This record gives sequence, C-alpha cells and structure tokens, in this order.
Amino acid sequence: MSAKVAFTIDGKEVQGEQGQTILQAAALAGIYIPHLCAMKGLSPWGSCRVCTVMVNGRPQAACTMPITEGMVVENDTPELKDLRSSMVEMLFVEGNHFCMFCEKSGNCELQAMGYRLGMLAPRHDYMFPTRTVDASHPDVLLDFNRCILCARCIRASQELDGKHVFDFTHRGGHKRIGVNAANGAAGTDLKVTDRAAAAESCPVGCIIKKRVGFAVPIGQRRFDTQPIGSDIEAGRAATK
Amino acid sequence: MADNSSTNRQICEKFGNDRGRLMDILLSVQAQAGCIASEALDDIAESLSMSRIEVESAATFYAFFSSQPRGRFVIRVCNDIIDRLSGMERIAAALRADLGIEFGQTTKDGLFSLEYTPCIGMSDQAPAMLVNDTVVTRVSTDMVHEIVQTLKATKNVGQLKLTLGDGNNGHPLVRAMVQNNLREPGAVVFAPSTPGVALQRALSEQPVEVIKIIKASRLRGRGGAGFPTGMKWEFTRGAAGDRKFVVCNADEGEPGTFKDRVILTEAAGLMFEGMTIAGYAIGAAEGILYLRGEYTYLRPFLEDILAKRRAAGLLGRDILGKSGFKFDVRIQLGAGAYVCGEETALLSSCEGKRGDPKTRPPFPAQKGYLGLPTVINNVETYCAAARIMENGPGWFTSMGTQGSAGTKVFSVSGDCSSPGVYEIPFGITINELLARVGATDTGAVQVGGAAGRMIGPGEFGRKLCFDDLASGGSIMVFSSQRDVLAVAQAFMEFFVEESCGYCTPCRVGTRLLHDRLGRFLCGTAELADIDYLEQTGKAVKIASRCGLGQTAANPVLGTIQSFRKEYERRVKADGSVFRAAFDPRKAVAAASGIAGRESDHFGNQKGGAKP
Repeated sequence: MSAKVAFTIDGKEVQGEQGQTILQAAALAGIYIPHLCAMKGLSPWGSCRVCTVMVNGRPQAACTMPITEGMVVENDTPELKDLRSSMVEMLFVEGNHFCMFCEKSGNCELQAMGYRLGMLAPRHDYMFPTRTVDASHPDVLLDFNRCILCARCIRASQELDGKHVFDFTHRGGHKRIGVNAANGAAGTDLKVTDRAAAAESCPVGCIIKKRVGFAVPIGQRRFDTQPIGSDIEAGRAATK
Repeated sequence: MADNSSTNRQICEKFGNDRGRLMDILLSVQAQAGCIASEALDDIAESLSMSRIEVESAATFYAFFSSQPRGRFVIRVCNDIIDRLSGMERIAAALRADLGIEFGQTTKDGLFSLEYTPCIGMSDQAPAMLVNDTVVTRVSTDMVHEIVQTLKATKNVGQLKLTLGDGNNGHPLVRAMVQNNLREPGAVVFAPSTPGVALQRALSEQPVEVIKIIKASRLRGRGGAGFPTGMKWEFTRGAAGDRKFVVCNADEGEPGTFKDRVILTEAAGLMFEGMTIAGYAIGAAEGILYLRGEYTYLRPFLEDILAKRRAAGLLGRDILGKSGFKFDVRIQLGAGAYVCGEETALLSSCEGKRGDPKTRPPFPAQKGYLGLPTVINNVETYCAAARIMENGPGWFTSMGTQGSAGTKVFSVSGDCSSPGVYEIPFGITINELLARVGATDTGAVQVGGAAGRMIGPGEFGRKLCFDDLASGGSIMVFSSQRDVLAVAQAFMEFFVEESCGYCTPCRVGTRLLHDRLGRFLCGTAELADIDYLEQTGKAVKIASRCGLGQTAANPVLGTIQSFRKEYERRVKADGSVFRAAFDPRKAVAAASGIAGRESDHFGNQKGGAKP
C-alpha cells in the first residue's frame, strides 16, 4: 500500500496515494477534471492542456502533475473553464471537424467536451487545413481531418499492443500522425483488433473501423444522454 | 539504391549502431545524400533496430533535414527582424534573380537551394546568411553575385573569397568571416585566464565544498531563467545513481543573441573548464556540449581545444593528477530547432529524438539525459563557475547587484552605432546601456529576444538584472522610426515556425495570435481584436507546456502593454465590423483549377469579390 497523500481540490479534502497524478487522484475521488489526451491505462502525456488546473496558484497539467501533501488545487473556476474552452476551440479550428456527418458524433470526446464547456461557436478563426485521408488499410480508415494530435493511438500501439504503428512527424503547425510504413497504414502491422484501433483510443473520429459505421444509432451513443465526465462524477455520487 | 544503402549502413556503424546517436547519423546522411530519403529511413531503422516511423519522427522535426534532395549548396538567408531591417529583402531578391528560383526551391542543375532561416547569431553583422556551414556576414548584392558565380564556377565553398574576422575567427580551424565585435570585455568571462588554474583550485577542495563556493557566489543561470547554479549542482549531486552528466547548452537560438558564439570563439577553454569543475562537483564523468547547427563552423576548432585539454591532462583520466577523477566532453550538433534551447528539449535531441520538451517533474537533476541525473547550464554560466573557483565567491559578489551577482554578457544589435558584445556588471539601466552602444532616438528596446519583452522610452530607467528585466542577454534596439507592430509580427512568425507542436496552446495559439495581429498591420482590425489578442495571449502563456510556449505570446502581450496606442491607431476608422474574411473566388480556386474554368457567377468581375 502506497503512502497516503492529502490535498485539496476546490477546497475539498482529497486523499490520494503517492505516485498518482492530480487527474488520477481526482477521478478516484469522483471529481472530474476535463481532459482529452489523458486516457486510463496509458502513460501521462500532457499535450492537450484541457486539464490545466492551478496548483498553489501556478498553472499545471493535472494529467502529468504528481500529487504532493498539502497541495492546493483549483479546478472548477470560471477562469479555468474559459481557458479550457479556448483550448478545445483551438482544436476545433485547427482541424476540419464536421460533426453532422462524422461517424464518431455522439461518441466523440472533443464534441462532448465542447458541449460540457458550453462552447457555442469557436472564438478563434477557422484554419480549414488541407489534410489527408489514409484508406489503404483493409479494415481501418484514418481521417486526419479530425486528428487532434493527442498521441493516444501512439501510446496505445506501443504500450498496449507492443507495436509502433503510429508516431508524430514534422513539427509545429505541420505536426501530424505518421504510420510505420512508406505506403500508408496498409504497410503496417496494424490489426483491426489492436487497442490502438479501438474506438476508445481515438477521442475523435480519426481512427474509424470500416464497415461497422453507425452500428449504434445517433441518439443512443455514449454522450447523447449524459455529458462527458458523468461516469467519474457518478463515482462520487456512489461514494456519498 | 544499393550504393546509398550501404553508405547509410556504414554511417550507422560509424556511430556504433547506437540509436542514441541518431542526430549524428541523420546529419551525416543529410550531408552525404543531400536529403534523408524514404529508403534512408528504412536503412537507418534496420541498422539501429528501431521502427521506421521513429526515425522519420526525428528526421522530420529538424529544419536542417530534408526528405527531398537539396542543392549541393544550401543558401540559408537569415530572416531575423534585425536582418530584415538591414537589407535582407535586397539580398533575397538578388539571390532569386541570380539563381532563377524562389525560396524553398532547388535549381534544376541541383546546385543551389534557397531557404530562410531564423536568427543565426549574427545580428551585429546583418544581413547574414549561411552557405552550407559557411557564414557570410554583412552581405551585399555585389557579394551575392560574386558568391553565386564562384560557386557555379568552382563548385567549392572553400573557394569563396571571404574576409576573415578578428581574433580566433581567423584561426586555421575556424577561418570565418565572423567578427567578434567584443566591445567591452568584462572581469569574468572575457578576462584573460590560464587553463587549469580554476580546475586545480576546485580539485583541491572536496566536491561538496565546490558546490558551497558556487552557492556562496550566488551565481544564477545565464540562459535567462536565472536558477541558482549551486542549488542545481547540489540537487544533481544528491540524486540517486552512479552515472551522471554535465550538459552545456550552446544552442543559442534566441533572436538577437550571439554572445555564446563569441564565448565559444574566444573563451571555450574556460567553458570546458567550468564543465569539468561541474563534473567533479556532482560526480559525473561525461559531458556533452550541445552546439547549435548554425555554429557547425566552430566544431573543428572546439574539438581541437578538447584534444589539447586532453593532452594537457585537463580532460580524460586522473585529471591534473587527481586519482580517480575522470571527465570528458563530446560535442552534439543540433540541426535547426530553436526549441532545443529549452533544456529538456535539448536533452531529447541529445538522445537522438525529436526536440520535444520533456514532462516536468521530474527535473533533469533527477532524470535528465537518458533518464539519468544531469546538470545543464548555459555556456556563460560554466565560464562564470570556473572564474568563481579561481577568484573566490567574494570577488564575484562584489560585482552586480544583491539578487544578480557578477557580470552579464549582452548581445546588442539593431539601431545603434556599436552593435556587439558587452560584458557588464548586472544592474545597468537600459538608458546607460543605450548610451554605451551609441543608440540615439531609440523608440523601443526588445529585452531578451523574441521571448522577452519590448519596452518603450518610459521604461528605459529599468535595470538589467534578475529582479527587474531578466534576460539571456539579447538586446535589440529599435529607433523611433521603426514599426513596433511589424517587429512583434516578425517574432510571432518566428514562434509559429519554431513551436514544436506538442501542446495545443503553443501549436495553435501562436498561429491565431500571428494572424489576428496581422489584421492590425493590414488595416482590417477592430477594437475588439485587442481584447482577443490579450485573452488568447494569456491563454497561451498560462496553458503552454514549456518555456517556449509560455513566452510565445510575449511579442503581442508586451506591445499591447507598452505600445497600446499603436494598436488603437490602426483600428479601422469607420468602426465597421465587416471584415474581408471570405473571398469566394479564393474559396473555389482549387475547384476552378480542377475544372479548368472559373464559375460563371464571377461574370466579368476582375479580382476577388468586394469586401
């Protein structure tokens, strides 16, 4: 049993364990901190910055920051909500996200995050980039228009599948996901059964399984009935 | 091709098929083949037993690597703001005309490629450019014609007739056209020193005593952040593990900074001595000098200094007769990435990876290079550490201010009569410095480079020190005739190019700020755009993952703070909120291209739709 670490989130006492991140300890305590690049079972990454919290008055990513005794964390404040919305809006304008005909609609974490944070239209100007679609793989479609560069597929492939199918190439605004072959996903050892190809590994509709689209109808999907983060908050309700 | 393939494998073998040396391997392949082609990625991946995509990930990160063949001579014109204000456009136009290509292109004969590159550390002798690794300074259009002709005729960079610079720039192993412009050598970095004296003094003390002396000197990191050096050494010494590293950050990429270039040229021995002292203090046997790719021309000279220090018993085993103390330094070249000046990105690069900053904590003192405890300091910091060992902490603290002991080496460029390097005790005011560098009619001073702060005349009484205006030493002077918003825009362009793209606010936010600032420069801005810039700038500052992103909004935020009137002055006079954001002709241009005709809707209109 690891040593207990006591700290507060928005004034509420939280008991975590040594080695946990703020995000992990908060989730176990039933407190939802909005996040996109963090995924249970994968190593912390810290790229989307949606989970930014104030720690003793300084901004930190909750998904990478380890908890320490007596730490004072601010999470649910109007300033942070606006900051997070600004990040999510940046992700919306950076890619080409057309929810109305995206297979992931209703299961999409980016879309759900937009709703949860009360986003209407992005405050930022759309960039409308020209991006590619890789349909070479027999069972998996990669639509990079929707990629938010969260590295979840990269980590899932390495950490859960023991492969190296994906990685980032280029930098800055040119940064994108590349695959481990010169001729697209078909040239890689990606299998449709890989965790990297699983719907939960991609928060958006970039990695899509072929021939099973819309198996669950719109209206009955994960975020159609309750907002993102509800499962974590339900945990809090259950422990009350 | 089989030929290339065997060459690539030989290169890998030369570096022990060690994936940690991927940077060196990629640099060699690029130099050999003029590009890192798709087949080369496979060759390297196979030799190093890694995935092709891992190799591609690193290879596509750095500006000096190219997937398409580049010309035999790559001409990189520095497009830093100082160069732009010093006639860069004329040079660029002459190159375009002489070579018949645009920037980003290669001539049909495969001889020349033209590129822009951010600050190459020559702002005091702008405009400047690189021809492969060779630096050309104070470039004129006549020089462009001559250079192009000579290269066409001789196909040899060595045949270029360049006037050699002063000091060691004329050394047979340097032979560079670079001037030191060392206007004011100070008591610490540029004072004469005898190799081995400081080290001898350090070795006569216990390592913990050395750290105590550095702490007593109140030496703070010269790279800009100002972390107490002694504490950094103490943390690293105290970290668990037998294998530790000493890394020197010579990736000076901050626009307007070139002082490390002059230190490397004139005081590299002192720097290596400081690294060796650090090695003794923290218990490290291995050091790395991370040298920015733009300073490749200094490498043979620096290797020679290392060789001489080995021969003199100042590096290697049983240094200065101290039994059991061994330390040596290898030079790691960068390949064109400003972010690698960020200490954890620099370590990623040393490991042969993309120059992505690492997640902190853990800090390098606990987990640095290869996950092992690492001290990383700036070139100037190691020099100061060596001199402190030589002359004692009291001598050091007698200079500068209470919070900022010692001297600081400043790189001064822009609108002044004596641009160059000044080593001055901390605490000098901007006004005093401007008088010393011969600046009159100054309208704005950029302190600390693109990541720093632009201040107006009302703040020229402020002091250069950690407690007031902290900086890595870049001081850019702009006369009252310069457009501060155009300067800010050039810096935003720089950050857009140099963001590693890891985190959302820096990757996306820098582009958004750049584009919105552009509205003020083309006369389409509204008053509300100032609020947008402030809000989004603040978001980028707060939410970014590393120092690059956290400072990337400074050009906008700083100019709004000090030059708000410049923004307000450019807001559309009629107060209309309509904006020429949508040009229907442009929007369907791609489709028109495919169709081979324009839509009938455009009728006989000329140009885009009216805003």
